[in-house]
Amino acid sequence: MNLVGMDDMTKTVLTVDDSPSVRRMIAMTLEEAGYRVIEAVDGNDGLEKATTNSVDAIITDQNMPGLDGLGFIRALRKTPNGKGVPIVVLSTDSQEDLKAQAREAGALGWMVKPFTQDKLLAVIRKVLG
Amino acid sequence: MTDDMTAVFREELRDLLDSLERGLLDLTSNPDDPSLINQVFRDLHTVKGSGAMFGFTELAAFIHNFETFFENVRSGKLKITAEIIRLSLAARDQIPGLVDGTPDPEGQRDAILAAVAALMPGAAPAVTTETDAAGRSDTEYEDESDVLSVALAASQATNRLTFRFAGDALGLGAQPEIILDELRGLGATGIVASVDDVPTLDALPVDQCMFAWSMDIPASVTEAQIEDVFIFAEADWSIEAPADADDDASGYDFNLDDFAAPSAPVVAQAQAPAPVAPTPAPTVPAPQAAVASKPAAAADHPNAAQAAQAATIRVAAERLDALMDSVGELVIVEARLTELARQSRDSALITTAEQITRLAAGLRDATMTMRMVPMRSLVARFRRLVMDLSASLGKPVTFSVLGEDTELDKTVIEKLADPLVHILRNALDHGMETIAERQTAGKSQNGVVELSAEHSGAEVLIRVRDDGRGMDPERIRAKAIALGMISADATLTQQQILSLVFEAGFSTASSVTELSGRGVGMDVVRRTIESLRGQIEIDSTIGKGTTVTLRLPLTLAIIEGLLIEVAGEKYTLPMASVHEIVELPAEKSVAKRGGDFLDIRGSFVPFLRLRQLFDCQGEHTTEQNVVIVQSGTARVGIVVDRIVGTNQTVIKQMSKLHSSVRAVSGATILGDGSVALILDVGHLITTGRVSPTETNKEAAA
Repeated sequence: MNLVGMDDMTKTVLTVDDSPSVRRMIAMTLEEAGYRVIEAVDGNDGLEKATTNSVDAIITDQNMPGLDGLGFIRALRKTPNGKGVPIVVLSTDSQEDLKAQAREAGALGWMVKPFTQDKLLAVIRKVLG
Repeated sequence: MTDDMTAVFREELRDLLDSLERGLLDLTSNPDDPSLINQVFRDLHTVKGSGAMFGFTELAAFIHNFETFFENVRSGKLKITAEIIRLSLAARDQIPGLVDGTPDPEGQRDAILAAVAALMPGAAPAVTTETDAAGRSDTEYEDESDVLSVALAASQATNRLTFRFAGDALGLGAQPEIILDELRGLGATGIVASVDDVPTLDALPVDQCMFAWSMDIPASVTEAQIEDVFIFAEADWSIEAPADADDDASGYDFNLDDFAAPSAPVVAQAQAPAPVAPTPAPTVPAPQAAVASKPAAAADHPNAAQAAQAATIRVAAERLDALMDSVGELVIVEARLTELARQSRDSALITTAEQITRLAAGLRDATMTMRMVPMRSLVARFRRLVMDLSASLGKPVTFSVLGEDTELDKTVIEKLADPLVHILRNALDHGMETIAERQTAGKSQNGVVELSAEHSGAEVLIRVRDDGRGMDPERIRAKAIALGMISADATLTQQQILSLVFEAGFSTASSVTELSGRGVGMDVVRRTIESLRGQIEIDSTIGKGTTVTLRLPLTLAIIEGLLIEVAGEKYTLPMASVHEIVELPAEKSVAKRGGDFLDIRGSFVPFLRLRQLFDCQGEHTTEQNVVIVQSGTARVGIVVDRIVGTNQTVIKQMSKLHSSVRAVSGATILGDGSVALILDVGHLITTGRVSPTETNKEAAA
């Protein structure tokens, strides 16, 4: 884990969402802010990309075909290197429900959809610095 | 939000609308299919969610009720009706208009919404949630307070803020430096870390942050602002007014330990004797022991979970190959060491060499076991293949698999897939009769195809059996003569005739189908099996069916070998195929035309003279031995000058230049550094049984 913050290399964010437009929006917003972005189309794809790439943070949708967001987080947290990566869950659920679910599954943060680009950046800065 | 992104959304929307329409139409015939209901729900959900994100709030609001309806269906509270499908399809048709901002003068949308609301048990609360979901944006999380508080911080009175991460916060990805940065942004000064709660090493939970931090924070900073800092990173925090006005922020935790200020709740549990500050006390008093034992107990859990995970590890195949290579080299060097030790007659060295031999053997066995993979990994695709073939050929079959757990070297398994596909295809395409033919033959309509695998000594037997029409030796023979593969007067056993189907260019199917019958299958199958040092046998009875048997060695890397000597050269025979060793009777020691048979307990076994086969100069001096090797039911004797003994044979592949030398399957390096060729038993048996005299000619040529 990067405790001292000496690593000034570009941080990589993985976005897991079955909606291409949401992925695109997240990718463009974060890339503009200087992050590198990897995209995955569902939970299974996300799991593969999260385990085969070095990822600094993950933003995942909840409602996806195949493996959903919370399932993805649970599976990832069980992998050898799956701990310590901040994960933010996106959902249209109400704030309180989502918070409880996210915590239970092993996510660090949550964000209610829809969200603006500014809010996305604020959340990412909050978990990734 | 740029136009580019909106364009991506419009494109996605087209796909979603298609999928939605298809899903709704499919639901009319299968109204209870949960996967269809899920799909429709997800499509609606995505249209709503992404729509709201790209500013189409009207669209999001419009879709919301439909989404809620299908969510209720999903949880079993509501049923799909023709009416809801009609309404959903109508709503779907409104979506493009909503995205393009087309007005709705006739109020169609409102009418649809009203109709859906009427179908829902309690429509009212859903609508309020909607305004919430679509309308609210930044309220639940805000950042702007930062700027304000920094400006206020400097001159004001301060409170003491202490925090510690709770539980698994680090595992979830919380980063202390980000939190500290944010607190600095709020005006925090004099931040110090406290190690008071860090337990002794044996009780330290490795994945938790046991540090606490304390700092001065301007009194103007509200609890809500601090709550906001810790919104994601779960932490226990407290704010209090400073205990003493003259408290010096730097060295706060050290001083307090010395003077044991009882008023500060932060240090209440750290009152234990710790005169020289942060080092843990050597004698642990009761209260602290209780504190220390708690995290230890908590740490037990993750450890247990990790232990369960560690029961199996996935390892890249190349690493196993590399390990096997090293073990192979080790076995060779070990043989060399044993040889040197024997020559030196140094008992200490001999003992050490023996220990190394034992260790190397253990390491070799362990490594080989690691490479073993059960047949099951192959079988799944065969089930699918048989199912598809059976359907496309219109020949119903029952496919059963026996011995899925039989393990084989991973390389062997990988290379087995294609040959088995060929054999199974043949069984269904050529072997199995049509339904009509089976009825005429008085067989059950469903054919039987069985794939079985079992261990047999150092070999694995894999059989594909069908109860089809069987192979007609006369037809095969006629075909082979027509193709010029055998002469018209050749005398062949039934086994030999059946084996002709493995020759290149042989195919008996009168019509070439899409699946098989091009005559390229079976010879490739045989070549692949032989490249694995295995053999293929075929057995068939007309009208009853065909069985193809593959005999494969358990491993390809290291085998137990019998070292023999012929004319001063050493050769190795795989021990698994050595059946027995007998002396060559004196009357047989000179080659006679047509007389090279031994009487082994009443049965005649043909034998080959390696001196002759390899065209060796000179005569043997001592008595010769005959090694009887066996493969399947066939046996053949091999006349050798001398039996040297058993050895660990690390198989090295021959170069491509030598690939045409069929009597030799590989080479190995001996203890003294010399090379011994590994004899191909299968090939020796075939040549030995076809005609010993023919072989002589071949060898001489």
